[in-house]
Amino acid sequence: MTPAYVVRRIGFYVLICAITLFFAVPMLWIASAPFDASPGLGVQWPDWTLDNVRKTFDHPYALHSMVNSLLICVTTAVAVTAFAALASYALSRVRIPGRDALLYGLLLLSSVVTGTAAMVPIFVMMFQLGLIDSRFGVALVMTGGLLPAAIFILKDFVDAVPKSYEESARVFGASTGQILRDVVLPVARPGLATILVWAFVNSWGNFLVPFLLIRSIDKQPGAVLLQTFTDEGGSANLSVIPVFSLLFSIPVVVLYLLVNSRYGFRFHGGIKS
Amino acid sequence: MPGRPARVRGPAQDVAGLGVGRALGFVAPALLLIGAFLVFPAVWTIYIGITNYRLTGVEAVSPSIVGLANYTKALNDALFHNALWLTCLFVLGSAIVGQNILGFALAWTMRRARPAVRRTVEGLVLLAWILPSTVVAYLWIAFFDRDTGTLNSILGQQGTAWLIEYPMVCLILFNTWRGTAFSMMLYSSALQAVPPSQLESARMVGASGWQTLRDVVFPHIRGHVLTNTLLISLWTANDFSPFLLTKGGPNHESETVPVYIYNVALQGGELGYSSAISFLLLLANLLVALLYLRLLRRRS
Repeated sequence: MTPAYVVRRIGFYVLICAITLFFAVPMLWIASAPFDASPGLGVQWPDWTLDNVRKTFDHPYALHSMVNSLLICVTTAVAVTAFAALASYALSRVRIPGRDALLYGLLLLSSVVTGTAAMVPIFVMMFQLGLIDSRFGVALVMTGGLLPAAIFILKDFVDAVPKSYEESARVFGASTGQILRDVVLPVARPGLATILVWAFVNSWGNFLVPFLLIRSIDKQPGAVLLQTFTDEGGSANLSVIPVFSLLFSIPVVVLYLLVNSRYGFRFHGGIKS
Repeated sequence: MPGRPARVRGPAQDVAGLGVGRALGFVAPALLLIGAFLVFPAVWTIYIGITNYRLTGVEAVSPSIVGLANYTKALNDALFHNALWLTCLFVLGSAIVGQNILGFALAWTMRRARPAVRRTVEGLVLLAWILPSTVVAYLWIAFFDRDTGTLNSILGQQGTAWLIEYPMVCLILFNTWRGTAFSMMLYSSALQAVPPSQLESARMVGASGWQTLRDVVFPHIRGHVLTNTLLISLWTANDFSPFLLTKGGPNHESETVPVYIYNVALQGGELGYSSAISFLLLLANLLVALLYLRLLRRRS
């Protein structure tokens, strides 16, 4: 236990504490502000009340926007999972001509064509298709954006599934449809669940696409409505914003904990826009 | 983009008897959507970028081709140069320095921390990463606020409007906070490749912490540092979330390229000019992505 060693250990703990504080302090706001009778913007020991929660539930658009978010994100997650599952199985098991080039192209696409870089043409395209202000249009755009990465993650997963299951089912005379339904689908369930959650979380937090494409307030998902509150400011919104932020964060946190406890948190970079 | 090398395995075995025809049918819906909402927009940007397409009120004026006028305009546009410079600053500060160094420091210090400490700290950092960006933006608006903000109460002062006086510093803090989790996880798994025996012998010969990091650890994770830096830089350069904090203001002081594209297109209605800038961004992304894939392939 030399003095130098002690100094080093102390420095080490100070560093860890500083980093932890950096991550923890901004989060305190979301825990205290929703229940504070005089919600400023800062963190203080709140004057406990559930008044803000009531105000939020009474707000004409707050809960409505959660429903919009659910509609858009469930549609997106289901579409991404279904189409990525079909494509990744075929790409994993069948030698489609030009398969390798296609996979390489998908990999490039998923990182090159970001929401930001494609925002103007997508806006113009949806404008000309008459899909501005349509929740379905938002789900379509998000699905297209998430598919390449989803196909990649799932293809890795299917590649790791032993082929012997399918082989033996085939030996016993099962048809292709039966094999896919009764053999491949059950084995692939964890992978599909992961993609479902991944796509849902990614679209839940997506601000840019609905912000571009949705104009009327009654169709806005939560991510955009929160921004609308922020722009308007005012004391009425100051009591709604914290509660709304908390409510809006619950689904992604719960899903993350669920996936984490069941499969362990496996890290997939996604298109976070 | 999955954060690991693309493996194209050897001969695929069609064990379920799908056949090429049906396999193409399986791939078709995904390819149609990708084609419509990723490939087509990317290609169409090139066309809109050489026209004078404008959006005025509710009517779009039918465009005519103006050649490379939008690109020469970008060359002489001080606001575009400003956006480029701010984007470089944003990437350098929040990705290359902030997320990289914090992510590595966390991965390195958490290696031997008690499991409870490790779970808590990693959980916090991951929580910052999974919270919706609109919520995180508001959290930081609250943190920086002039009158009731947490930062001013910590410093025991009032009246500094941080987002107005130091917008880029605020954005860099915000984005470092939000994105560190990715680097932390990546470096956590990369550090497992460092042989404990080498760390042990470094300790035996009395190497300092820095020497150990430089001569023992770094050679093992050099490839990871490089690819991670490329990837998070690409994401950061394309990140739209600065808009949520400052809208590019005050007076264009935090208007990064993504925010500038939005402001030119949807505030100014200049769809042609903003498409030209979008195309330049696409090209930059393509260069970085090609470099990234090449490095990944060399590493595997």
